Amino acid sequence: MSAKLEKLCQNLRSALGDRVGSINCALDEVTLVVAVADYSAVAKILRDHPDLRFEQLIDLCGVDYAAYGEVTSAWQEEPAVAPRFAAVSHLLSISHNWRLRLRVFAADNSFPVVDSLTPIWNSANWFEREAFDLFGILFEGHTDLRRILTDYGFIGHPFRKDFPISGYVEMRYDADQKRVIYQPVTIEPREVTPRIIREENYGDSGRG
Amino acid sequence: MAEIQNYTLNFGPQHPAAHGVLRLVLELDGEMVVRADPHIGLLHRATEKLAEQKTFLQSVPYLDRLDYTSMLINEHPYVMAIERLLGIEVPLRAQYIRVMFDEITRIHNHLLSIGTQALDVGAMTMVLYTFREREDIADMMEATTGARMHGAYYRPGGVYRDLPGQMPRYEVNKFKNAKTVKSLNEARSGSLLDFIEDFTNRFPGYCDDYETLLTDNRIWKQRLVDIGIVSAERALQLGFTGPMLRGSGVEWDLRKKQPYEVYDRLDFDIPVGTNGDCYDRYLVRMEEMRQANRIIKQCVAWLREHPGPVIVDNHKVAPPPREKMKGSMEELIHHFKLFTEGIHVPAGEAYAGIEHAKGEFGVYLISDGANKPYRMKLRSAAFTHLSAMDEMAKGHMIADAVTIIGTMDIVFGDVDR
Repeated sequence: MSAKLEKLCQNLRSALGDRVGSINCALDEVTLVVAVADYSAVAKILRDHPDLRFEQLIDLCGVDYAAYGEVTSAWQEEPAVAPRFAAVSHLLSISHNWRLRLRVFAADNSFPVVDSLTPIWNSANWFEREAFDLFGILFEGHTDLRRILTDYGFIGHPFRKDFPISGYVEMRYDADQKRVIYQPVTIEPREVTPRIIREENYGDSGRG
Repeated sequence: MAEIQNYTLNFGPQHPAAHGVLRLVLELDGEMVVRADPHIGLLHRATEKLAEQKTFLQSVPYLDRLDYTSMLINEHPYVMAIERLLGIEVPLRAQYIRVMFDEITRIHNHLLSIGTQALDVGAMTMVLYTFREREDIADMMEATTGARMHGAYYRPGGVYRDLPGQMPRYEVNKFKNAKTVKSLNEARSGSLLDFIEDFTNRFPGYCDDYETLLTDNRIWKQRLVDIGIVSAERALQLGFTGPMLRGSGVEWDLRKKQPYEVYDRLDFDIPVGTNGDCYDRYLVRMEEMRQANRIIKQCVAWLREHPGPVIVDNHKVAPPPREKMKGSMEELIHHFKLFTEGIHVPAGEAYAGIEHAKGEFGVYLISDGANKPYRMKLRSAAFTHLSAMDEMAKGHMIADAVTIIGTMDIVFGDVDR
């Protein structure tokens, strides 16, 4: 870890105190995980504290951890205990020239809600709409939380791991009714290359 | 008859000035925009979800199709993110090749951006000139990658193959007579690097031509100066990057501030605007093309002197050469496993952001150790820029909304992903 990132970690600890959930530094990137209750308060400190000064929110995205580490990509009905949905944002400080990844897990898996960052960084607006659209994460305090990328009248949240890649409905022009209609999908989902997680050092010489 | 105050106008999704499938719902007071609500997603292909179903290598061509006006540079952050997770070092020659093509792509992108923006505001000829140069660039891409647009050239660990020693030449056909072919082939008589060098020598002259056509053009200035002004603070708040941020006077360029690949060895300047209006952003883009030209020149000079490998020698990441694969059992196994099962990327997460022609283009990869990404998030600059449409267009005329769309340099493959 470079001296600069060391300093960033120190500044984070001193500025945030016990609000820090965990700080992890890997691959030259710092990841800060905070509790959902502290989320917007932490974000405000990250922007305004002179030792941090993250002026820009570069990216915000939803992540569904439901199938993390599972071998098959097929969805399995299991009671999910661990927090499933997270909002991950990437912050950038122009004045200090450093980056930070901020992660917050939503408390309730069936009704994920986190605070909106729109009042702190206006660029969060569309990113949060996108995360709501694709993952169904609700952002409390967002003034205009509409769907953004999917079709008008779309049902479901397509980037969740339990949403099939083929979707549920397909659209075609019906010559009899003389209009475009929706119908259940007729294609079967298939997987050409299976998803595989190998044990460590797989395939190295001497290990078969 | 009741007096109508505000009315709503539907702009697009098939409007030629919308730069693709943008549906813009404009609330108007007379001819003045009161509220602009862009409806996007008409080109949404769920690239991020598709990538979760494919091995790391299979997703490379999808990245080309995001911003289809600047193709190769899109692949760059994706392969960089994979390389970071794998912890591999890319051969220097491959880094130079990538940087050279990033800059060629930047010119490719700005030529389209400036040409079509001029077209939108009524200057018909510009686009004809800029497309003449884009043709040369498409030829470079074709010679190197085999495709004029969607190259799929960058690989985790390097690039797919070395630069060709000979530039393909035109032949006489029913569209091109002997005289045209002769003049076209003059620059194409040597290698690809000769052709690129010849282009970099010609290009500043072309830039002067564009500037003659536009920079002091009265109509151009009337349409662009003081339109869509964004202050530096607002630009940061709205998440602007690239020329949009530099046009507002913030000196921020990832190539200088967080250098990746070999940008720290190259000599170039960062143009910055002062007023943050559409005209400043045009000037920034113009100067960026000249600077990109300078970088290409330096890359060509370096590449001539330093032959070497263009992809890593680690056969768990990059395939072995074909001759070796045919002769050795072990290499055959490597080849087979690499193309059937793919690369296994260690568990972890990485964000790689680069200075794309449009702004910061980033790829956020989460891997759980499988042969496919667990989650890939694409951060495209145009998406963030378009989200500021309402703020930028408010109080302007309808015709200025077109200028503002043009200055954002949006491409819908990139916005909708």
